[in-house]
Amino acid sequence: MALLEIDNLSIALAKGAARPILDEISLTVEAGEVVGLVGESGSGKSVACRTVLGLTPEHAKTGGEVRVGDNDVLSMDRAALKQLRAKQVAMVFQDPRASVNPMRRVGDFLTEGMRAAGVSKEKAYARAEELLTEVGIRDPKGALKRFPHQFSGGMLQRVVIAAALTGDPSLLLADEPTTALDVTTQAEVIGILRRLQAEHGTGMLFVTHDLELAAAICHRVYVMYAGRIVETRTAEQLFAAPRHPYTAGLLASTPSLEEDAEPPRPIPGRPVSLAENPPGCAFAARCAFAEDRCRVETPVLKADDGGAVACLRADEGILA
Amino acid sequence: MVRYISGRVLGLVLVLLVTSFVVFSAVHLAPGDPVTFLMRGRPITPQTRAAVTEQYHLDDPFFTQYFKWLGDVLTGDFGRSVQFRQDVGHLIGDKLPTTLWLIGYSMVLICVFGIGLGIISALKPGIVDRTVLIGTGVSTATPAFASGLVLIAVFSRMLGWFPSYGSGSEDGFGGRIQHLTLPAIALALTFTGLLARVTRAAMLDELGREHVEVARSRGVAGGEVVRKHVLRNALGPIVTVIGTMVAGLLVSTSIVETVFSTDGVGSLLIRSVTNKDFPVVQALTLLIVAVFVIVNLIVDLLQPLIDPRLSLTQSTKRRGAS
Amino acid sequence: MTAATATAAAPTRRGATARLRGIAAQGPLFTGAVVVLVLLTLMAIFAPLIAPYDPNAIDLGNSLAGSSADHLLGTDQSGRDVLSRLIFGARTGLLGPLLVVVISTVIGIALGIVAAWRGGWVDSFLSRTMDAMFAFPAMLLAILCVAMFDAGLTAPVIAMTVAYSPYVGRYVRSVAVQEKARPYIESYRVQGWSGWVICTKHLLPNIVPSVLAQSTINFGYALMELAGLSFLGFGVQPPTADWGTMVNEGQSAIMKDAFMPGLAPCFAIIVAVVAFGIVGEGISDRVAKREK
Repeated sequence: MALLEIDNLSIALAKGAARPILDEISLTVEAGEVVGLVGESGSGKSVACRTVLGLTPEHAKTGGEVRVGDNDVLSMDRAALKQLRAKQVAMVFQDPRASVNPMRRVGDFLTEGMRAAGVSKEKAYARAEELLTEVGIRDPKGALKRFPHQFSGGMLQRVVIAAALTGDPSLLLADEPTTALDVTTQAEVIGILRRLQAEHGTGMLFVTHDLELAAAICHRVYVMYAGRIVETRTAEQLFAAPRHPYTAGLLASTPSLEEDAEPPRPIPGRPVSLAENPPGCAFAARCAFAEDRCRVETPVLKADDGGAVACLRADEGILA
Repeated sequence: MVRYISGRVLGLVLVLLVTSFVVFSAVHLAPGDPVTFLMRGRPITPQTRAAVTEQYHLDDPFFTQYFKWLGDVLTGDFGRSVQFRQDVGHLIGDKLPTTLWLIGYSMVLICVFGIGLGIISALKPGIVDRTVLIGTGVSTATPAFASGLVLIAVFSRMLGWFPSYGSGSEDGFGGRIQHLTLPAIALALTFTGLLARVTRAAMLDELGREHVEVARSRGVAGGEVVRKHVLRNALGPIVTVIGTMVAGLLVSTSIVETVFSTDGVGSLLIRSVTNKDFPVVQALTLLIVAVFVIVNLIVDLLQPLIDPRLSLTQSTKRRGAS
Repeated sequence: MTAATATAAAPTRRGATARLRGIAAQGPLFTGAVVVLVLLTLMAIFAPLIAPYDPNAIDLGNSLAGSSADHLLGTDQSGRDVLSRLIFGARTGLLGPLLVVVISTVIGIALGIVAAWRGGWVDSFLSRTMDAMFAFPAMLLAILCVAMFDAGLTAPVIAMTVAYSPYVGRYVRSVAVQEKARPYIESYRVQGWSGWVICTKHLLPNIVPSVLAQSTINFGYALMELAGLSFLGFGVQPPTADWGTMVNEGQSAIMKDAFMPGLAPCFAIIVAVVAFGIVGEGISDRVAKREK
């Protein structure tokens, strides 16, 4: 049985949007597995990620199921959600400066999840100290008494990671955990995240806009566009032979350091906003391979060799 | 930090000096010669003229007069009240307890209902929020004399629950509460609305922040999120606004005490203006300004305790921002 | 250059119909508040035509009469018609705050722009002085002035103007500092325009709407405080019909269980202040929306 199973999840705002934020997406994360969820801003990847914790946008209509273990998160009551958040699933947010309350001590932040789950104060502080050591923070005892502004962004993100692990979660959600950091600390934080995930045997859903980063650290990757999953396969396969033009476009748009590499080519146009709902394939307007039928017929995700792709022309060898 | 505090204290002393100078020179700025002004409407005998001249050192050059007068004031000698023929310091001392009771009582009401309504209104959007907003909109637009009069009409005349005048200082705690409840409500109403609005805005600002969602995402119970994250972080503007309300409270007290014939410092100020008893007006003006600037200094010094980020002085820089 | 002036001035040059439509678009509350203010103004201007009686006509035989067809709001202790006094009371009730707000807005704009434009020691001197004046509440300054001079509208209005100016000044300064930092001001300076021309032709029109919003809200506060001073007997002097003095006189009537003479002017004051608050906040919302 999968650790996390999202099954045909749809989320639509009550008003003011032409298309749903999420349109029947399905994905799974197995125990101990690292799964990437990749897309541009506005593709719905962060919303999908938050839904796993039961954090849906206000007044939104939801459909489908989000199962953690045996239970559907979408139908959980308040007490069950509290249990889920305190013990099973934890999340590392994008910007550590925004996600830690600047007015409370780091110790309060690290222990509040455990205290909410009923752990005694002494035990919670002892555990927090242990985890700070694990994420490589020197003088963890002193760190517990300091305030967030006394830490650098990279150090604070380590604190956030430690805080996510306090409840020994079986599933870790990472929502662009390094985007707000500068490049040199990004690698360190990714390294720590990956090491701890492996040591604790935690499953991880890694949300990012950086396909290359996802390919480097994930076992499998899902690519999202305009609220739908357009392609999924193992990291190696996806990187070596993408089958959706959007995936290929994402790969071509990241600069490469190799000498004979082509210069980066950005994907033309802009992502589909929530106010528009083009018929057919949502990517057709930006796709170099789009035909007339692409603007009429909506492609469905079809399983293929080792993965799945939602492109009407995937079998025509357009990307070969 | 020490430099900051000493700078602030220096500014406070400066404001008080300027205020005292304005208050003192008012005697000279007013039409007519100082003695006639100070003794307006009363027969001036050679003895009274000599007494007033001595009290205000009127025979000295202007600035000498000021510094001598300031020296007297600093030792608690505000001169003699013309209307009561009594030492101004003692006069104020006698009336002060009633006013302090009134302000304290109404401060409790302001904080409890102002912050309470602000929290409720921020947490319950829709009909509750709108009702509170309309209520606070009206209450902030209601001058203290109007609310006082309405309260007297309803609770004193129509229902007879509370007395409409007096301070109840002879009847112990119960008497005080009984006599001061209507004045305290009248005094509190405007400020409660103001505080509720500020609290609501500060809470809404914090509610939208990511660390609040993070706390929820970690299974922290709703009430605790509100207490330890939202309200805790909204304290800064709330405390600031309570500090700035003090001046308004002190002035409104004089209106409320007049409406309810409460024998406190506020009604003393009004009576002294009406009876042209300038030494008392001088002393109370100084007192009100002093209380206001001191309370605001305290509020400013409290801010770093509320927001630890402010305790950093310029000299200690943030450790590597990234 | 001409194009830039046109766009800068455009929002203020609009037809009356567009203006009315703009008011209606702000919502029923705003519309209602505007209507209330217009009615109050008309009432003050045409008081002699509207009022059913002479506000000062004493009829001791008809003291504290309840509301009737003859006297809609009853009579006060001297038998004067409360409704007529209420209508006439709008005159001093609105005139005092009008003077305070107009004069303090002009002074405040001048202080604020000078502080923001000059910067340096001029700015720090003006800012510090304005900050120090906040320690002196407007009502207290007015009470001190009344103690020095005499009761009546003059001393309180002057005192309140002095006390309100730094509030406007500090607000204008903060807006003007932001505005001054914008590129369009810089480009005029580079083109060699004088500071006076840039300030009056470009800076001023851009900050006036938000200052206007602030002044409208201040109008309500000034009305409340001046009415308070009249209530205390320091402002408008009896027997002139004024809301504040009416409340004062009405207080003794309340002790005789006649509520109308005291509560009617209270109600008028509250309605006026609420209306000024709603209109002021409405204008400031619109300014904020336009900024976006």
